[in-house]
This record gives sequence, C-alpha cells and structure tokens, in this order.
Amino acid sequence: MAQVELHEIAHSYLRKPKGESDYALKRIHNIWDDGGAYALLGPSGCGKTTLLNIISGLITPTKGRVLFNGKDITSLPPEQRNIAQVFQFPVLYDTMTVFDNLAFPLRNRGVHRREIIQRVHEVADILDLTPFLKNRAAGLDASAKQKVSLGRGLVRSDVAAILFDEPLTVIDPHMKWQLRRKLKQIHEQLNLTFIYVTHDQVEALTFADKVVVMCEGEIIQIGTPEDLFETPEHTFVGYFIGSPGMNFLPCTLEGNIARVDDVGIPLDEETAALGHKAQGKMELGIRPSYVQLRSKQEEGSIPARIRAVEDQGNFKIVVLSLPGKTLWAKVPEGRPVPEGKAWLVFPKEKLRLFADGRLVR
Amino acid sequence: MEKWDNNKAWFLVLPVFAIVAFSAVIPLMTVVNYSVQDIFGPGQRVFVGAEWFKATLADRRLHEALWRQFLFSGLVLLIEMPLGVMIALAMPKRGWGVSFSLVTLALPLLIPWNVIGTIWLIFTRPDIGLFGSIINSMGIAFDHTASPLDAWITLMLMEVWHWTPLVALLAYAGLRAIPEVYYQAAKIDGASAWATFRYIQLPKMRGVLTIALLLRFMDSFLIYAEPFVLTGGGPGNSTTFLSIYLVKLAVGQFDLGPAAAFSIIYFLIVLALCFVFYQVLQNVGRGEKA
Amino acid sequence: MIPKKRTILLAFYFGLLLLPIYWMLNMSLRTNADILSVLTLYPTDPTLVNYIKIFTDASWYSGYINSMIYVAMNTTISLTVALPAAYAFSRYRFVGDKQIFFWLLTNRMAPAAVFLLPFFQLYSTLGLIDTHIAVALAHCLFNVPLAVWILEGFMSGIPREIDETAFIDGYSLPRFFITVFIPLIRAGVGVTAFFCFMFSWVELLFARTLTVTNAKPIGAIMTRTISATGLDWGLMAAAGVLTIVPGALVIWFVRNHMAKGFALGRV
Repeated sequence: MAQVELHEIAHSYLRKPKGESDYALKRIHNIWDDGGAYALLGPSGCGKTTLLNIISGLITPTKGRVLFNGKDITSLPPEQRNIAQVFQFPVLYDTMTVFDNLAFPLRNRGVHRREIIQRVHEVADILDLTPFLKNRAAGLDASAKQKVSLGRGLVRSDVAAILFDEPLTVIDPHMKWQLRRKLKQIHEQLNLTFIYVTHDQVEALTFADKVVVMCEGEIIQIGTPEDLFETPEHTFVGYFIGSPGMNFLPCTLEGNIARVDDVGIPLDEETAALGHKAQGKMELGIRPSYVQLRSKQEEGSIPARIRAVEDQGNFKIVVLSLPGKTLWAKVPEGRPVPEGKAWLVFPKEKLRLFADGRLVR
Repeated sequence: MEKWDNNKAWFLVLPVFAIVAFSAVIPLMTVVNYSVQDIFGPGQRVFVGAEWFKATLADRRLHEALWRQFLFSGLVLLIEMPLGVMIALAMPKRGWGVSFSLVTLALPLLIPWNVIGTIWLIFTRPDIGLFGSIINSMGIAFDHTASPLDAWITLMLMEVWHWTPLVALLAYAGLRAIPEVYYQAAKIDGASAWATFRYIQLPKMRGVLTIALLLRFMDSFLIYAEPFVLTGGGPGNSTTFLSIYLVKLAVGQFDLGPAAAFSIIYFLIVLALCFVFYQVLQNVGRGEKA
Repeated sequence: MIPKKRTILLAFYFGLLLLPIYWMLNMSLRTNADILSVLTLYPTDPTLVNYIKIFTDASWYSGYINSMIYVAMNTTISLTVALPAAYAFSRYRFVGDKQIFFWLLTNRMAPAAVFLLPFFQLYSTLGLIDTHIAVALAHCLFNVPLAVWILEGFMSGIPREIDETAFIDGYSLPRFFITVFIPLIRAGVGVTAFFCFMFSWVELLFARTLTVTNAKPIGAIMTRTISATGLDWGLMAAAGVLTIVPGALVIWFVRNHMAKGFALGRV
C-alpha cells in the first residue's frame, strides 16, 4: 500500500522535445492518497495512459520524479515497484493454466511453494476463479481472462497500487457492470490504491472516490464525482462530464446582473463580486438539469424556441434554440414541457461563472 | 465468416487447374506408364506389372539413400531451428538495423541453388578456399572430395548457411506480431528473460515455427542442386540423397522403369509427409482462432 | 552506448553469413593464375577482366537475359492465373474446393527430380525444348500453387463486406476485382511476385534440363564451364557474383513488405 506522489512530471515521446506541443504530458504535480480509488478520465490522446505507464515504470518521464511513500522510485524498473497493471486487452500466458498464471509473479520472485498455493487460492476465491484453476487460461471468456490479469496483481502481498488501463473495453456490456462492481468490492476489501484509466464518464463516476480529469497532457480538475458535476473548474470539465454537458452562455457583467443578449440574469452577490475581479471572456454555465422551463415570461427569464424533445424514459431532454446558440434542458418525467416557445429560468445558486474557460473564485 | 456457396467459382479456378494439370498430371501419367513397362527402344515395350516396384523396394542403395536423407534432414533441422530463433531474438526491433538485417538474411535465399554449391566449392576447397585452407593450416586434413565425413560437414555447413535465414525471417515475423503489452505485463510480473521467452515468445511463435519446421523438412528432403555441384553425391555414395540417386538412375543410367517406380515411391513418401504438414497447419490455424 | 552482447553475436553471425559471398567476390576480381598461386584475403591486384569477358561474350551474357526472360514470364503467368483462383478459394465454397487446394499444395512439395524426365519428354513432343516458355511453364508447377497460397492468405484478410457492398453498388465481378480488390491487396501481390521471382530464379534443375543453347540460364552456363574450360575459377566467381545482383536488387525494393509476407508463413 502506498501514497503515490508525482513531482513536476513532464513527458515527451520525442528524444529532443522542443516546444510545449512536443510534450504528451505537460506538467503533472500531484499526490494520490494511499488506499484511494482514482479514475483518470479524459478523451483519447489526452495522456492518461502515458501517466499510468509513468507510475508503473514502463515509461521513465522526461522530467520530474515519482515517489512511493516518500521514496524516490523514478529510476526503478516496473518489477521493483510493487505495482500491478491490468491492460485494455487481457494479457495471459496462454500455455499455462489459470493457477500457473496466478502463481507466475510469485514464482518469478522466488516465493515459497506453500505460500504460493495459499495466496493463489485466496485470490481465486475473491475473484470467483476457483472452479477454473485447473483450466487452460486461453479457453476462458474475456471477462474471466481480465479477472486473471487482475489476479496476477492481487496475489502479490506487497502490491502497492493496481493500475487499470481501460480494462472493460473488451468486456460484454452486461458483464461490464458485474466486473466493475467486483472491482469496487475488492477495493473496499483490500484497501489498495486503485488508479483506473477510462474515457467513459459513467465508468469513472461510478468506480472512483476521486476523479482526475485530464485534457491535452494536463490535469484539469481532481474531485469527487459530485464536485465535478456541481462545480466544474473548467468549461472542459463541465462539457465533458454529464450527458448532455453543461450549457455555456457568453455574457457581460453589470452589477449583480449577467447580461446575455439584452436579457439580465441575476447572480448571487458573491459570484458577481468574484466575476468583477476576473479578467477575460465571461461565460455563464448551467447544468441542463437545473434549467427551468416556464410558459410565461418572468423576471430574468430568457425566451427560447423549443426545437426538439427527446424522451429518454425517466426524463426528457429539451433542445432549445437561442439566437446563435443551442441549449439543453433536462426535465424530469411528468413535468409539463411548453409547446413551441418557453422562457428559461436559471436558479442563482446553480449558475457558475467562467472567465476564459476557468471558474471564477 | 461463412463462405458463399457457389459452384461457378470453379471457372475462376479453371486456369490454375489447367496449368497445374498440364505441368503435373500429364508428366505423372508418363511416370506411371514407365513404371509398369520395360522399354528397350522406340515401340519396343513390355508390360512388367509391379516388377520395378519390387526391385526398387528391395534396392539396398535406395534404402541407404533414404536413411541418409532422413539423417541429413534431421540434423539440419536440429541446428537450423534453434539457431534461427536465436538470430531472430537478437535482431533489432527498429531503426536502420532492421532493414539491414532483413536484406542480409534474405540474400542467401535469392542465390540460385547451384551457385550456392559453387560458392561453397570455392570457399571450402583446400587449395583456393578460405575455409579449407584455414582448417588445413591448423593441421587438420580437410577435403570434402576425399573424406565422407568432411563432405557431410561441408554440406551441413552449406545447408545451415543457406536456409537458417529463412527460419530466422519467419521467427522474426512471428516475434514482431506479439503485442507490446505482453512484454509490459511480463516486466510487471517480474519475469526473467528466459521466462519471457518460454511463456510468451515461444508460445506466440508456435504457428510460424511449425511452418518453418515443416518447410525446412520438406525442402531439405528434396535437396538436389547444392550437393550435386559440391560433391556430386560422393565421395563414393556418401552424399547421394534421394533426388541425386533418382537423377542418376533416370538421366545417368537411363533406367526408365526403375527410375519411374522410384519416382512414384518417392512422391508417395513426400505426399504422405505433405498431408501431415497440411493437417498440422490446419490445426495450428484452428488453435489460434479458439 | 556500449553495444550489447547479443548485438555483437548478431554482427558476428552476419559476418559469417557474408564471408562465403565475400570470398567469391574476392575471387571474381582476380585472374585464374593469381587465384591458383597465392591465397590472399583481398585482391592485391584487382582486375575486372572476368566481368569484361562475361559482358562481351554473348554465350555468357545471353545466359542472364535468358534467365530474366523466363523468370519474368513465369511471374506474369503465375500471378495472372493465381489471382482469380485465390479469390475463389478465399470467398466461395464449391464442390471439391478443399481437395483441389490440397492437391495444389502437394505440387509445391513435389520433388523436382521426379518430374525431370517426363517434362523433358512432354516438351520435346510439343517442340518447346530450348524455349523460354518451356522453363516458365515448368516453374509454374511449384510457383502457381505457391502464388495461390500466399494470395489466398492476403485475400482472406480483407473483410467480405467490401465485396458485398461493391456488388450491391452494381459492380460486376471482373470490374470489382480489377478496380477495387487488387488495389486493396497490392502488398500481397508484391509479396507473391517476390516469391515467384525468387523460386524461379533459384531453380536450375528444370531450367537446365529443358534448354540447350537458346534459352540456357546463366547458372547452367556456369556449371557447363566448370567441366569444359579446365576450371577458370575467377570467371566462374564473377558469373556467380552477377547471379546475386538481381536478387539483391529485388530484396532491396521489397524489404519493407518482406516481413509481412513471412508473417503469413506461406512460403
């Protein structure tokens, strides 16, 4: 078990990186708590896997240091770091049985035979693999194979952290849910540090205590799923998390009023005060589920045309047209949706103000 | 994926069928024809039934050639397979070294077979050859034209020199097809270089290595041009392999009947081996899909 | 960086691999008298006299031209007939498909020596002895099955949906095959051509038996010279060196595709 500290990490795949654009990871400076379940979330190519491989030691970073429990292990090879990694595609030793697969990391480390048998059986129990121990690993289905890959990490009693690189990609949808729950269970049971890379926000939000959102080689925000949803620190997070993502409206500030196309929207005093201190292009952000639809004009409401209504079962997504932009509203089932035209009301406490893409605070 | 049922596809195979039938079936008919007749001259032939076959099967020199052939093929495989794999493992994975290695390895494969014989003739002769003169200057009498053992050593060296690159190229292709994550997982699992080879590389290369093994077995079983140039089957009959013996019989002594019977037996042996080859290949394919 | 142990071993192996070829090159740059008198590691007095003789004497250089002609003919014939057949094997199931495929493969394994005499008689009857086409046709015995086999492997790697889409779009089979399918597998066609070239170029038993003078391949001219002219080693070495050149050129051009061809294991 370990606390993982990333100290001023930057990495480039080029031998002689020149500008900032040559770096796959720009600047990562972070501490990951012992026993936490983290999800690394971001679009493809944002540097998630690179960061993971730096932690596991498959890649040595161009700059910076990696510390486990305060000890610098930047130059240690993966096998000396006590980490385990589960890859996107199940990696198995095809010619071995499930038992031998699980025992492999222990045998390589010269663990005593009796202990190997004991550990393998423990892990097989946790992963429900006991009935397959004598089977050839090659014949298992994808989800069992992925469990074996995970098991090879779990058998080591000294393992500090387990890294997952989009481990559910090749798993059937109905098995995904089961396997994810299993992972969560194991995390609670063994209290290991889990770092889980994914580009699927549902996976990230349901799996992790803390979600790390990455974009273009940088960490944009670290927070609980709730933090990310309620107070995204960057328009990217607001847009990336949630389905559909956060609505953004360019605005100007006048006292406690945000002006969007001639309509004044009242803000709370604190937000407005922060907004006056900030520089740059102002945007107002609100989650679709907080947008309220009225059939009559009210104080501070904005007129919009209703373009489409998509019924998603227990809620409806209303696509709204404003001059020059599109907005979404999420309306719970049973709440009436006006026809043709609506006035939009944004509750003060749910409005977030962004300057040049960053949350003002 | 299921294939489409369509017997009209035969029309697409027809040209191949015609050309191979012309090159294979008609000549084979001739051979069968000869194998059951005794031919004295144009128009003078007698039907002799299975007599040539009996004679051929009882031919002691044929038996010797057959055992010699198996011994040669076996020894050659024993050297070429591990050596080829070792070379493939040592080859660079990226950079200019890849092109260089591939081109160098492929070079012996593109030299006409009798020129291979010539190269080794020049190289191993005690008077003008580098290899021959070095060995002789070390005080070891080495002459492949006089000593059967020396002739075998020379032939083996030549065969290994000529064909190990093929094994290496196949093994290399197999190695390159292994996804990088296997090596990453092995590193994390703390696997030694040997364990990585034994449990990742070797199993993943099984397919190409089977093909390499069988190809090398078949081709060394049919070897003709290189020993013909280098030793001509001698000294004595010590390097007379099946093909050499057959050509001696047919072209040298013009014993058409026995040569034809021999041909058919030879071809049946190869056919049997080929069938095993084909079955094994099919199973290899199936094993990888499962 | 200090080179690793295995890099050194590999370099050593490549050294051994190239040594016999180097030795022949060394011989080719010396006169016969020089060769027989002293053993030197490199030509002390290099001369091109052997090469000049080959390039000026028609009985020598025509050998190269003959080899080139029948190899080119064989490669063309093999590819032309093998392409449609490989397509049939990779796409359709028809009566006897597996049997035919196996039968084709057996010919790749057929001992050349078995076919030697019947071939000679067959082509004599047809009046084709000592023509390029005779050798080209004879080499089809093993090259056509080989071409079908390699191409089938490449074609099976192309999803069948592509064919279906094209047929729905109204392509006829020949038009689809030529304008869509062949461009898709051009790497495969290249690899196949390479192997057809290779096996036709290195084979000499048939080539020698079926020719007399007009279509005699260079390899056969070399062996004939051994016995006839009292062994001019320098000349023979020069001829040998020249037989390596076309192969080396071809490898250089296909070096990037070669690994792919070998990966299929169909050689």
